[in-house]
Amino acid sequence: MGTTKISGAEAVIRCLLEEGVDLVYGYPGGAIMPVYDELYKFKDQLHHVLVRHEQGATHAAQGYARATGKVGVAIATSGPGATNLVTGIADAQIDSTPMVCITGQVGKHLLGSDAFQETDIIGISTPVTKWNYQVTEASEIPEIIAKAFYIAKSGRPGPVLIDITKNAQFDELDFSYEKCTGIRSYNPVPKLKLDKVAAAAELINKAKKPFIVFGQGIILGQAEGQLKALIEKSGIPAGWTILGLSALPTDHPLNVGMLGMHGNYGPNLLTNECDVLIALGMRFDDRVTGNLATYAKQAKVIHFDIDPAEIDKNVKTEVGVLGDVREALDALLPLIENNKHEAWHNIFKEKHKIEFDTVIKEELNPSRPGISMGEAMEMINKHSKGDAIIVSDVGQHQMFACRYAKFNSTKSNVTSGGLGTMGFALPAAIGAKMGRPDREVVAIIGDGGFQMTIQELGTIFQTRVPVKIVVLNNEFLGMVRQWQELFFDNRYASTEMINPNFVAIAEGYYIKAKKVTKREDLDAAVAEMMASKDAYFLEVMVEKENNVFPMIPTGACVSDIRLS
Amino acid sequence: MENRTFTISVYSENNVGLLNRISGIFLKRHINILSLNVSESEIDNVSRFVIVVETTEKWVKNIVGQIEKQIEVIKAFYHTDEETIYLENALFKIHSNLLFDEKQIQNIIKESQSTIVTVSRDFFVISKSGRRSEIEEVHAKLKPYGIMQFVRSGRISVSKEKMEVSTLLEELKK
Repeated sequence: MGTTKISGAEAVIRCLLEEGVDLVYGYPGGAIMPVYDELYKFKDQLHHVLVRHEQGATHAAQGYARATGKVGVAIATSGPGATNLVTGIADAQIDSTPMVCITGQVGKHLLGSDAFQETDIIGISTPVTKWNYQVTEASEIPEIIAKAFYIAKSGRPGPVLIDITKNAQFDELDFSYEKCTGIRSYNPVPKLKLDKVAAAAELINKAKKPFIVFGQGIILGQAEGQLKALIEKSGIPAGWTILGLSALPTDHPLNVGMLGMHGNYGPNLLTNECDVLIALGMRFDDRVTGNLATYAKQAKVIHFDIDPAEIDKNVKTEVGVLGDVREALDALLPLIENNKHEAWHNIFKEKHKIEFDTVIKEELNPSRPGISMGEAMEMINKHSKGDAIIVSDVGQHQMFACRYAKFNSTKSNVTSGGLGTMGFALPAAIGAKMGRPDREVVAIIGDGGFQMTIQELGTIFQTRVPVKIVVLNNEFLGMVRQWQELFFDNRYASTEMINPNFVAIAEGYYIKAKKVTKREDLDAAVAEMMASKDAYFLEVMVEKENNVFPMIPTGACVSDIRLS
Repeated sequence: MENRTFTISVYSENNVGLLNRISGIFLKRHINILSLNVSESEIDNVSRFVIVVETTEKWVKNIVGQIEKQIEVIKAFYHTDEETIYLENALFKIHSNLLFDEKQIQNIIKESQSTIVTVSRDFFVISKSGRRSEIEEVHAKLKPYGIMQFVRSGRISVSKEKMEVSTLLEELKK
């Protein structure tokens, strides 16, 4: 490959283009100006979306990554620009989202001098990045950016931050680009051991009451087809974590629902009755397991994961199958005997009936006067027909969205799972829609979280990205209020919100907006929103004090799940 | 599970920032590092960390898993005291006149198999290598005479069993 002399800043852009990037999110500032100057020159090849706050750039990049499976890119300047990325980086780290963040840094000669907008973003971001690196010489740029993309997307994905000093952006280098294909100290995909697969198959074939629990690993590993084939061949019911949601269509007969704190009754209860628990690409988060001391103790646990550090981390496994989940399931499938576990599956159906009668029926068709969050979700289902990408924020509405949204296809549920970042959804929806312009993208947000990144309405206005924004407004920080009601004797400390006129704010950004307060207006309003070719803001006034049930209180046992 | 002393050995690339990344893993879990030593290893351009912690085996497994996950870490191991040969080194700086005035000091040096590193007009320096308890014993004996300065290194250790890093690196090269 021939070389040409270009500036470090131009090299950054050329590296991004080499990696197939056509869209980046960011916010300019002093220490990143040379890169922005090149973005100007390359604007026909690389589209830059100006967000309104750097946190928005990270969440938009995450939304893009989660909806497309590609690496999201965010750019910011040094100092506050860089520190504003941290929440999104931490979110991407805990939710294994491939993202590359590029930050400007003061010149090399100023490092350590407390220069204007100097901050040690390498030090700050170390615990929340998969990898980070400070570039101080222009010549390092191609190799480091190639490594950044390789690390971000390989193995268990995650965020990478590259900090580039200003001199390295200005200085020239002989440019040539070679994609990174391996790093000697890094083994992203452990080699699959066929004896482990065989041991897993034997346990599965012998099981009387097997239960599959799957997570985002299925989506990241593009193993949705293998998951479905396994379930159908073995006849094993399957439950999901909220990041696994949409990997299996909602209406699949063997999809028995959501695990964890606000998950479905059956899958939680029966986790403690199954004889073999088959975990696929999930990490036994505490919100899924409740008290580990009483979690699935009767079961033999088989754990498929790409990350060796996850095996036996929280739950002791009988068989740990390390490696790429798609390859592992391809190897497993021929060893699995055709089976039907009808009697066992019927117990899930019975439990579902109990949950339906005591919780779901009332939630979706309330006898109460106020609009429930569940019925709002059901109305979105009616008009999306399960084809939309649902981007939810964090709180009660998120649990209602995950519990009640219908999905026909994968990569359709985008939410902040591990970190629980309020303010995630609005910018993430921008990224999801830009990544998948062919799909309807509906953000479901609470009145609290909406106000954490409300400034991104400006990005929606400027880019005309046609996202649909639904704010379920209960004038409370609802999830915290629910805990205050249940565990803090109704002491509603700082959870009531006196809100502004959201419709006027949306209209201030020239976004079509409507507010619904009555049940009879909901259907038409959702229909109008979904039919809109442009961005649309819909505020739904919901009951002030509704609770999400079922619920496993923190630290309780999964089988102690409460229906009320 | 009870707390025990574990020696964690980490083979890694020699990169700026890796120490921060590794120490952060302990910080996040609120586990105190008892001793830390970083040096070259038997393999060219590969660094070796020796980290001593007191914790449960469950935690040390978790930590080693997280350390190995870091991009620039080649391999990490943990061992109990019984599984390693280990020692520390200490330096004692003492007033030179004591070497001549206090006969007992020469006995302490001889009996403890310490060595005198240097002697100057004002002070002399004793070096003692060994287990922590042996160093503490020398320290206790010298203390009544007055120690001008004392410093003890982190633990260095080698495992009794093989740690297959060279072969791993060869495999990775393929």
